[in-house]
Order: sequence, then structure tokens, then C-alpha cells
Amino acid sequence: MIRTATGTLAALLLSTAAFAQDATNPETGEPLAEDQSFTYRMLDDWKSIDPQLVEETAGNHAVRQLFEGLYNSAPDGTIEPGVALSHEVSDDGLTYTFTLRDDARWSDGEPVTAQDFVYGIQRAVDPELASNYSWYIELATVEGATEAIAGEIDPSEIGVRAIDDTTLEITLEEALPYFPQMVTYSTFFPARQDVIEEHGADWVRPGNIVGNGAYVLTDYRVGERWSAEKSDTYWNADDVIIDEVTGLIINDPNQALTRYFDGEVDMTEPLPAGQFPELKEEYPDQAHSIPRLCSYYYAFNQSESGPEALKDPNVRRALSLAVDRSVITDQILQGGQTPAYTFAHQDTANFEMPVLPDAQMTQAERDAEAQRLWEEAGSPDLTLDLIYNTSDQHEQIATIVSQMWKQKLGVDTDLSNYEWSTYLDVRGGQNFDISRSAWCADYNEASSFLDLMTSNNENNDGKYANPRVDELIDASRTAENPQEIYTEVEEILNEDTAIIPIYHYSLAFMLDEDVKGWPFENAENNWYARDLYRVAGE
Amino acid sequence: MLVYSIKRILVAIPVLLILVIVSYLVMVLAPGGPTSSERTLPAAVIANIEARYGLDQPLWKQIYDYVENVVLRFDFGPSFLRRDLSVNDMIAQGFPVTLTYGALSFVLAVAVGVPLGVVAAVRQNTWLDYLAVGFSVGAQVLPNFVMAPILVVIFTVWLGWLPAGGWNGGAPENLVLPVIALGTSFMASIARLTRSSMLETMNSGFIRTARAKGMPMRKVVLRHALKPAMLPVISYLGPTFVGMITGSVVIDYFFSTGGIGGFLVNAALNRDYSTMMGITILIGALTILFNLLVDLTYAWIDPRIRY
Repeated sequence: MIRTATGTLAALLLSTAAFAQDATNPETGEPLAEDQSFTYRMLDDWKSIDPQLVEETAGNHAVRQLFEGLYNSAPDGTIEPGVALSHEVSDDGLTYTFTLRDDARWSDGEPVTAQDFVYGIQRAVDPELASNYSWYIELATVEGATEAIAGEIDPSEIGVRAIDDTTLEITLEEALPYFPQMVTYSTFFPARQDVIEEHGADWVRPGNIVGNGAYVLTDYRVGERWSAEKSDTYWNADDVIIDEVTGLIINDPNQALTRYFDGEVDMTEPLPAGQFPELKEEYPDQAHSIPRLCSYYYAFNQSESGPEALKDPNVRRALSLAVDRSVITDQILQGGQTPAYTFAHQDTANFEMPVLPDAQMTQAERDAEAQRLWEEAGSPDLTLDLIYNTSDQHEQIATIVSQMWKQKLGVDTDLSNYEWSTYLDVRGGQNFDISRSAWCADYNEASSFLDLMTSNNENNDGKYANPRVDELIDASRTAENPQEIYTEVEEILNEDTAIIPIYHYSLAFMLDEDVKGWPFENAENNWYARDLYRVAGE
Repeated sequence: MLVYSIKRILVAIPVLLILVIVSYLVMVLAPGGPTSSERTLPAAVIANIEARYGLDQPLWKQIYDYVENVVLRFDFGPSFLRRDLSVNDMIAQGFPVTLTYGALSFVLAVAVGVPLGVVAAVRQNTWLDYLAVGFSVGAQVLPNFVMAPILVVIFTVWLGWLPAGGWNGGAPENLVLPVIALGTSFMASIARLTRSSMLETMNSGFIRTARAKGMPMRKVVLRHALKPAMLPVISYLGPTFVGMITGSVVIDYFFSTGGIGGFLVNAALNRDYSTMMGITILIGALTILFNLLVDLTYAWIDPRIRY
């Protein structure tokens, strides 16, 4: 006991001594706290932190601390230099040449080179790694990616090459104007061939892992916690204030809140359903709600297996208009979500929201229009099978929507809930009439949503098809101003009532008021601990 | 007894094999699979994943390869869900956690439950009996998913004595709440079982004889009544112990302990075949082992039982 106390005291003195030299934020001049650790709540453990395997939020939050890509996601949702300082695009828009900084270092001190990026990207499409996210390289239309994933060519033959240590060239098959946004995602991150070959799948363990981010993984307990310490070799280490990042896995949202108030975590998201308004009132400086680039919607089964009535746009439109979105956002969710009439989230970067008649009407007007359309369609006698994955919130929403349909249109609805994997199976097999769905953007651009509405998209579970939409989305890939096209696509989706957009997500969370530098404007919830700092409490 | 034990262990081999085959079939028959995800993966990506995990092989070959890996290399394969880990890693990290809080809960449940049951039986229909029965009924009707939040509200929110969750390397303060939450309802069951079994024993002929010859009550209870009264309790304890040390989903979920109970449910929900199989085999093997131990304990307690 005494030994521990002495040890702690010594450590404290040491850190205080080191700290005394620089106790204010060099940029803002705010006094800094002695403790510069940041702990956040994780809803669940990650599936992987191997950049080429990462596929979900938990893994991404960690990977953003441990690795760095060509570009980073800026606090306002745009992009900012990471390992790459700048890039040039060829006239045909197909070849991107990135210039890398020469002072980027791996955590073992080795320089980060263009070859590391080449290896990372090739690795992502390698059938042997079998990454769930290999399609992302394909989505970016990197030359040969499709063939490499299918095993038709060797991964080394894809359109990525290192011209020299600091020049990386990526060749695309289509001139995607938003390609630079796409490289902020970890599938495009660099990887260390020698480390991975030495340790195999174990290379991501603490002790083995070599990253190029601002932090180095020091501890990982599956299902419980992970932590990382500041990396001295990070090119911008001098500006990094937070010296330790810890993620605690807390599955239960109420427990997470208890542990937040107990001081164990500095940030917890998401909050228990319906608690945001109360928390906001009581802790206005700690409770926040910011947009999150996801949309919640109901898909109509417009495939052959779907009911005939749903192929009539008037029927679909009546069903959509009859849904009073504000009841769902203001009475059920209460976390700052917004009623949706477009598929793309309203806060998507550069997205020009169309002026849609549905959004302009009052709910009474919508209801009247719904009833008129319904009668025009011959008031079909319908019993709809509405599917959703097991969750209280989905059930509440499905129940209220089915009541609205019953009251306003006389439609009966059977609610069917399935556990996650079964639900995916039922939905993917078009064994439903209407399906609860949601989509989150992979990169901050409207196409990340709207691609889904093209007729051959694998995730278009409702099988909505309009050749004009396909044409427009195709054209948007090379258009000078794709935003105009996206606006037009949304107008068509609304006219066709391709889906029922219900709400645009928000992220409600609690953040310790001493933690500053949070990117509140970033709708992708991409935060970097290196941008945060803790001010001295009063 | 040795021959009997060897026989039982040999019988366990085909039992485990059947467990593997049946679990594997049930798992594969369930809708969805390891490649199910919110985003429908392109066919080539699914093919790569299936090839990597051998899911493109015929079913008999998948099972055969699996059994071969387990038997020859004690390798439960890579986790389909947690791609940085093997199932061996997950069990190696998670099992000590569940073993710790499970075993402590078990000790708590037995150490409190048995004396409570004995006292209630010996002092039948006195205030002590009513108190013990009342206590155990109360504990029984509070399942762990109700117990856990109540404990957190009392000990963390109100009193601020104990952390609300986390494992922290098994620190004592992190252990208290999970151990109590898990142990309470088992303790109640043990107390009630002990009480009824003890009552029955106390009314049997040999106890009446012992008491008639003037033996002190304490001696009657401890030397003569307790041992035979424990038989039904012990047959309950075997599977209960296995249940407790192989993790509780509620405890793992609520207290974020990182035990294998949480892993198993997560694996089932995500169709992580290898993790499900690994933990199922572990639970199966432990159940067989502890049932054997229970049977051997029988012979030790009851001289009439011989193997």
C-alpha cells in the first residue's frame, strides 16, 4: 500500500514537473488541467482495428486515433491534410497524385512512405484477407479493384503505385469528384508490410501494433476496454495535448449515463431514448445533440414479391403523407432528430435540399392529400406486413405509424419483428411489404445515400427502379456540379415516393464540460483525441 | 470408482461429438449467416469470406475440419465476428473473468444459502424460519436483471461506494456488485432446497433415534442430518456451478465485465459460428465434468451408493 502510494506520488510529481512548463493551450491560452486523459463510452466492442478490416463505428473511432490516412475529416466535415499534403488530378479526372509529408513516422520511428499506402490498399482487395470492406475500394472505382476482389488479377496489379517515397498515384476507372473525401476512411489507410508479415493476424495486439496515428495502443481487453498513449513519433506530436485515450465498453445506455455522472467516462453516446430533453435542461453545458449522417426510412417492396397495390405511386405517396414525422421525432425519440422528406441527410456537406411540396404542407394538409390520393387509388383493401429488427424504438415507431395508417387510411398492418440476422435475411429476400431501414453515409457526400436508390444497388432492398434516377446518378459521377443532380434525384424520389423518409439522425451525447475541442460540426461523428484538450476546472 | 470414472469420461467423447454436430447443424440452419450485414456485400466479397472460413465446403467437411482442429490442435478457429481474435483468445480472456465472478457468487450462494436452509428447517415455524423463508423468497423473485440496477442505484448512485461496472482486472470493488447480483437468486434456491430436504431428513427414523438417545441437537444436525440432507442440494449445485462459471449474459451486459456469457450471445446474434461452437463445447465439457463430480460426491456422502 505504502509502496503504491509512493509510486503514485512520484509519478504525480514527475507529471506535474513536466506539465508546469506548458499549462495553457498554446492556441487559445486556456489553462489546462493536469490530467489530460480522455475516456469515452463504447456501445460495443469493435469487430477489428485492422484498418483494412474495420467496418463499424467502434473500430473507426479507435483507428482514427491509432492510424492516419491521406486526408483527415476536418471538424466542419470537410477534409484536411493528414499524411498527404495535397493532390493533383489529371485532366480526365482519373489519376490522383498525392504528395505526402516527409516527416510522417510510424510508432516505431520508421518513415511513412507511399509504398505503405500501396500495400494497405492492395491488401484491402486481397481475397486472402477477405475484408468485408473490400467493396469500398471497388466503390471508389480504383482501377482493377473489382477484378482483384474476384481473384481474376493479382492485388499488385490494381491502380495504385508509389512513384517515390512521398508520391502516391491512384488511378480510378471513373472520375469521382468526391474521391478525396473517400480516402478519409480507413480502408485507404497505410499498413506496415513487415509488421503484418511478422505477426499475422496478431499484429493489432498491444505490443505488436505499429501505427502512424497520434496514439499507440497499450491495452485491449475484449468486451471491456482499450487504451492508447500519445505517440512521440507522430509528426504533429507537439500539438497533441490529450496524453491518454481510453474506451470503456458499456452496453447498457443507463449504466453508461451512471458511469458518466460517476466521473468514469468523459463522453457517452448514444443517450437512453427519450432522456435528452431532461438532460439538456439540467446540464445545458454537457448535453449536446448534433446531426449524424444517417437516415431512417421505410422501404416499400416494389419487387415482384411485393403487393400489387404498392406498385401504385399514389398508394405509396398516401402512405408516406399519412406518417406524421414530428410525432416520431418530438414525442418518441426526443433527441434532436429532424423529420425527413429527403433520403440524403439535410446536413450532408454541400447538399442543396430541394424544396419539396410534402415538406411545405402542414400535417392536416398532408392527411387530406393522403386521403384524396388513397380514394383516387380506389381505397385498396390492404394488410401490410411491416418488418423491423427487434428494438424498443423500432417497435414504438412501427406501432405509431401503423396507427396513423389505420386511422387516416383504414390500412391494417401486421408488425413482424426479427432478431438482427434473421431480419437481414428476410429483408434481403424481399419477404416483406414494408421494411424499417436505415442508412449511414460512408463519406460526407449525398451520393453516399442516393447511390442506394439506383436499380442495381445491392442495398436497394425495396427494389425501387427508375431509369431516370439511374441515368442521373451515373451522370453525377463525372458532373462538374453534382449537387444540382442530387437535388433533382431527391425530387424524383419524392414524386415517386420511392421510400418513406422518416427522420434524419442526430447524435445526442453527454460531454464533460472541461473537455474542449470537440468537432460539433462534424456530422460523421469523426473525432480525433489529438484535437481535444481538458481545461482546468474551476 | 476409478473404472466408473474412466467409463464416464469415455462416454463423454461421443456425447461431445453429438453436441458439436447438432449445434453446428442448428446454427447453420438458422436464417442469416456470418456474412449478413446491414450492407449487402457483393457476391465476390461474400465468396472470399466464405472461402477464408471454409464455409464454401460441404457441411460434413466443415464439421469434420472443425472437429479435427479442435481435437488435434485444440484450435477453435478464428472468430468470424471479432476478426483480430481467435476463439481461443476470446476464451482465454473471457473465461477467467466469468470463472472469477461465477465461483465467488457460487461460494456466496452456498455459504449463505445452506446455513439459512438448515436454520429454517431446524427452527421450523419460528420467527427464524419465517425470516429465512421470507428472505429467500424475496431474493428469488428478484432476478439478476432486476437486482443489478437496484444494486447500482444503492451502492453507486446513492452511497457512492462502488463502481457501477467494468472489470478492472478483477479488482475487489468491481467484483462486489456482479457477485451479489448473480449469486442472490441461486442462494435463495439453495436455501429453499436445503430447508425442504433438511425437514424431510429431520423427520426420518434415524434422526428420531439419535434424538431419543439424548444426543444434543447440534450434534444431531451436523453429524447425522446434514450429510443426507445435502444430496438433493448437491445434484442442484453441479449444473448450477457450471451455469455460474460459464457466464451470465445479464451480468456481462449490465456490468461490462467482458466475460464469455456476453460473447456467446453476441456470437449467436451475429452468427459468429466459431465463437458459438467454442463456448458451447466449453460449457458442454464442463457440464459433463461437474455431473461426474456430483455423482462421485454422492458415493462419498451416501454409503449406500457404490459404483
